[in-house]
Amino acid sequence: MNIAVLSGKGGTGKTFVSVNLASVLDHSLYIDCDVEEPNGHLFFKPENINIDNVFVKIPKIDFEKCTGCRKCVDFCKFNALAYINDRVKVFDAICHSCGGCSLVCPANAIYEEDKMIGVIESGFSEKVSVITGRLNTGEETGVPIIKALFKMEKDQEENTIIDCPPGSSCMVMESIKDADYCLLVAEPTIFGRHNLSMVHELVELFNKPFGCVLNKCIESNNPSEAYCFEHDIPIVARIPFDKKMGLMNSNGMIVTREDTDYFDLFKKLLNQIEEEVVL
Amino acid sequence: MKIAIPVDEKNLESTVCVSFGRTPYFLIYDMNDDAYTFIDNSAATSQGGAGIKAAQNVVDQNVNALLTPRCGENAYEVLIGAKVSLYKTSGTSIKENIALFKESKLPILSEIHSGFHGHR
Repeated sequence: MNIAVLSGKGGTGKTFVSVNLASVLDHSLYIDCDVEEPNGHLFFKPENINIDNVFVKIPKIDFEKCTGCRKCVDFCKFNALAYINDRVKVFDAICHSCGGCSLVCPANAIYEEDKMIGVIESGFSEKVSVITGRLNTGEETGVPIIKALFKMEKDQEENTIIDCPPGSSCMVMESIKDADYCLLVAEPTIFGRHNLSMVHELVELFNKPFGCVLNKCIESNNPSEAYCFEHDIPIVARIPFDKKMGLMNSNGMIVTREDTDYFDLFKKLLNQIEEEVVL
Repeated sequence: MKIAIPVDEKNLESTVCVSFGRTPYFLIYDMNDDAYTFIDNSAATSQGGAGIKAAQNVVDQNVNALLTPRCGENAYEVLIGAKVSLYKTSGTSIKENIALFKESKLPILSEIHSGFHGHR
């Protein structure tokens, strides 16, 4: 089973939930798709790290062949090409590597070269395989890294926890594509409710089964919980606003590995999800 | 000499647009005979790379100078590549900026979006 953990904003507890879910499974694969700022590794501290580079294709112009027709410049919806002083100029950082320019060039003057945009780090932390995508600073999009993460060889029997980037962008869509279940993590604030509505809309669009984890729950009323009631979203767990748990987490500890109460909390959450998926 | 200015509406009484890349129109003004036209900025609704496309639109008009309140690094690279000089507008009046430019009273635009230096 592939479980994607997502939220409309950063800081709701995606990584906290993902890391601990992966840790209560007997054998699991944890994939950090938050490639702009992956932090699951800070908790897992994986060992025997193997690093693979990730490349994208960037257009290069053969000026001998280029006739200056500008078809490529007009074609590029990302505006990554400009035509200055009778020459095509490529803005690598804007390019989305769609390959369209080389296809529309009538003179075959555009070829492609590899450009390294980031890495994938694979390692182990106890019984968890940890793979982390890491995008180089300044790159336009991490989608190619996320695609590469899902192409990594994996044990089919293994349960996978996908730690998504925040928000509802292309990178999140790429991350939940192959998920069997989406877990929405939400905070008990009005802002949290708004962000929950964003990812809720997204997972409905993808027709994925989903449920919500209400994180940092306190006694007073919870706008995100109200949102779940209004939209019939199953609440699979309520994680209390617990100082001890927060402190352990801030120190990079995996709470389910340290404390049996927390282990039980996440084991229950996992069982709940398994029930939801079977239903 | 021909200049370009990002403007909010298609008339000289309108104002200089605060955005270069996403301005709705450019005023193309010929300093020699005071003839002018307005062109649509096809980059205004771009999802990304608006600065590059807007700069391309300006460059394609064969202007010698651009009067703008701001400019990002990618647009700057296109404009400088095409030898378009950049000047910083003063206030929002189109007419006043043209007058100031005639008197050589507009400063060269020097604050380009950070991150530009060392990337050329």
